[in-house]
Amino acid sequence: MSDVASPAAEAKGPSVAAIKIATIAVLLVVWQLIAVSGLLYKGLVPPPLAVAGALVTELIGTTLWRDLGITLFTSFSGFVIGSLIALLVGIWLGSSTFFRRAFEPYILALAGTPKIIFLPILFLVFGLGFESKIAKSAMSAFFPVVFSTIGGYLQIRLILLRVGDSFHLRWAQKVRMIYLPAMLPSLLVGLRLGLAMSIIGVLSAEIAYSDAGLGYRLMRYSDQFQIPSMYATIIVIFALASLVNAGFNHFQRSRLRYLERPGE
Amino acid sequence: MALAPADTGSETTTQIDRAGVLSGRRFAASLGLDAATLFGLATVVSLLVLIEILVRTGAISSLIIALPSEAIGAIFHGETFLKLVQATKLTFGMVLAAMVAEVVIAIPAGYLLYRYKAFGKAYEGWLASLFAAPIFLLYPLFMVIFGRNNFTLIFMGMAAGIIPIIVHVRLAFTSIPPTLIKVGRSFHMSESTIFWKIMVPAGAKTIFTGIRLGLIYTLINIIAIEYLVDAGGLGRMVSDSYFRFDITGTYTAIIAVTLVSVVFNIIVNRIEKLVR
Repeated sequence: MSDVASPAAEAKGPSVAAIKIATIAVLLVVWQLIAVSGLLYKGLVPPPLAVAGALVTELIGTTLWRDLGITLFTSFSGFVIGSLIALLVGIWLGSSTFFRRAFEPYILALAGTPKIIFLPILFLVFGLGFESKIAKSAMSAFFPVVFSTIGGYLQIRLILLRVGDSFHLRWAQKVRMIYLPAMLPSLLVGLRLGLAMSIIGVLSAEIAYSDAGLGYRLMRYSDQFQIPSMYATIIVIFALASLVNAGFNHFQRSRLRYLERPGE
Repeated sequence: MALAPADTGSETTTQIDRAGVLSGRRFAASLGLDAATLFGLATVVSLLVLIEILVRTGAISSLIIALPSEAIGAIFHGETFLKLVQATKLTFGMVLAAMVAEVVIAIPAGYLLYRYKAFGKAYEGWLASLFAAPIFLLYPLFMVIFGRNNFTLIFMGMAAGIIPIIVHVRLAFTSIPPTLIKVGRSFHMSESTIFWKIMVPAGAKTIFTGIRLGLIYTLINIIAIEYLVDAGGLGRMVSDSYFRFDITGTYTAIIAVTLVSVVFNIIVNRIEKLVR
């Protein structure tokens, strides 16, 4: 516990980039050592080069892109549907204390429940095709977006709401010209989380029951014990999640910068 | 003046409405509830009654949606209730084991990332990405390594829940105002005393937020994997009924797991309020 809060130790330390490179190198070496050590079942931890080879094979093939396209299509479709419903519900509950007090506890209760347990209902109602995956994606996106919308609406300055009333704006005009711009910082946080949840939701539904998509692909490789291809698929999925997250972060920052410009 | 009758009518309607709202409020107050809560409750009950009627009349197939009365009633039947208690015990036992491991590993890890700031900066982006990544997808791999047993479920729960705790512990220590630490130094406190008497209490709220998130992530991941591999407690209750095509049983299990989650979240929120 020595030197608990002193910044001196950091001043002379390695650079951030060096730490990142060294960490990746150490992880690869450890991975290689585990692969050749014979500690685990043969083939369970293939060497990094074997996984890299499987990844290249996956990337140059056509079926990965088809599965990736299906997962992205179902995730984004559900995300759009779930977010739109959440936006409307969020504005409704945000603008009415009575209805918020009436229904928010139920939404809050469902939000904390693992959504995967609702999959049987979605399969029974929407079937085993892509419709149930879109519904799962919409359900996963709904909760973060509805709470960020309610939070965002409650933070709108009263004077802005009164300006809308004094100009006799229609509801749709108020949403477009007042609510959405004023709620944007809070809403974007919810949308980013909602998008991540949508992708995870679709992957879990594809694992549970599907004949296409990245989740299905992962399970097929796992069942067939094609371990390098399974690792390659996991890498693709994690890369997809990171890319979507980074892309939305970039969009979020650019929108917030635009809003903060003088005169906007 | 042509509007007078309408006005009168509107006034009368308003009076009736007011009387209705007032009597509704009196009724709600007599039950110890406010009008909004009672309205929410009434809406949920009405929806359930509507579904009951639609299923009973055959407008909705009972092969798609179970009768709410049967599904809810079955929770309190001896056998189902016993199964629910056993499944809850098993799942929460695994959540507890995962949480102990998470706290033991994540608090020192978060502190080290605060203490060695270059490492904290290097890993913060990776940790943020892992926070949003579908970690549960690694379960086929760990199933093969550890086998299809409770240890794998605990490990997967821990892998998901540890990330928010590390992130929040680091955030808690980096957000402490330097003045507090300077005050400690001016009182000639040892570094260990500064850590335990100043830094830990000052960061407790943020650390607890991380632990709460970790707890929720752990529970969600463990139940998700229980459902997917048909093993363990609460998640298995749902998948088991569904795979047997027991529609009422599936709905009963879903409602039961939802109720357990709701109670769990209420308890966690109460504890968080106490800490705050």
